[in-house]
Amino acid sequence: MGGTPAGPVPRDDHDFALWEKRVDALMVLCGGKGLFTVDGLRRALEDMGEDAFETMSYYERWIAAINQNLLESGTYSIEELGARMDEIARRGPSYGEAQDG
Amino acid sequence: MPHDHLSPSGHPYRKDDDHPLTYWQTMEIAVRELLVEKQILTPSEITEQIDTMDARSPANGAAVVARAWVDPDFKARLLQDASAASREMGFDLGPLHLIAVENTKEIHNLIVCTLCSCYPRNLLGLPPDWYKTRAYRSRAVREPRKVLEEFGLTLPKETQIRVHDSTADMRYIVLPARPDGTEGLTEDALAALVTRDSMIGTGLPRQP
Repeated sequence: MGGTPAGPVPRDDHDFALWEKRVDALMVLCGGKGLFTVDGLRRALEDMGEDAFETMSYYERWIAAINQNLLESGTYSIEELGARMDEIARRGPSYGEAQDG
Repeated sequence: MPHDHLSPSGHPYRKDDDHPLTYWQTMEIAVRELLVEKQILTPSEITEQIDTMDARSPANGAAVVARAWVDPDFKARLLQDASAASREMGFDLGPLHLIAVENTKEIHNLIVCTLCSCYPRNLLGLPPDWYKTRAYRSRAVREPRKVLEEFGLTLPKETQIRVHDSTADMRYIVLPARPDGTEGLTEDALAALVTRDSMIGTGLPRQP
């Protein structure tokens, strides 16, 4: 996107939420253990298409890309992921309640 | 489970923890738990990585800049190999290849990552939100002078602006020019003048 026209640079900043810091940590640690590389992350991000860059936040795109790489490497299956996400959604309505199994 | 608004560490949950659980947060929890169950990661590794990242801040970069201002030999080493020079000061940069670019009277440097968000995070901490925005990444390479003006930095027309596009393997940090009138200051006092934005190039150091 370098060089394409765009509006003013939004200057608001935010402290990272715990879940965002965890996504960041997962990326660094998975990279360090050789599960995938930053190029793998990048490739999955590019595959999401332009729409994802408008509708998803930064770390939402990251967790989606991390998950894509882990599924591809066979670290866990899509069934395992789906079952776990269903179970987590039943734990409680907020991140604070659902975050620990 | 009763929810008393305190995390297991006894601290109140952050505000965002009380918002309705999103799909992507659910995915984060699931991915993390599966990685732990499969003994790829441990919970303490994850906590330690977060703590390590939290401990990194622009103050680390400011200390490096201040050292370069007072020690010409260090400055030469920094411009030669910024990773090695930062490690000399005890900052662990991991495998990061860091390049320091020096601002002078004639040249002003600006860093961006047009591809995504590559940033000297191991020295400065996580990047500010604006660094990752489409607007900054698009425009920094096209109309840097205008972007800098929006950041409140109007440079003389004669000043040449060099924009450095970072990659995953190669990150940049700006070595800002030492402000005038700082001759008598200690290294610590100088470091306090060095802002995060002055090391990205969207700002200048504070005046004493």
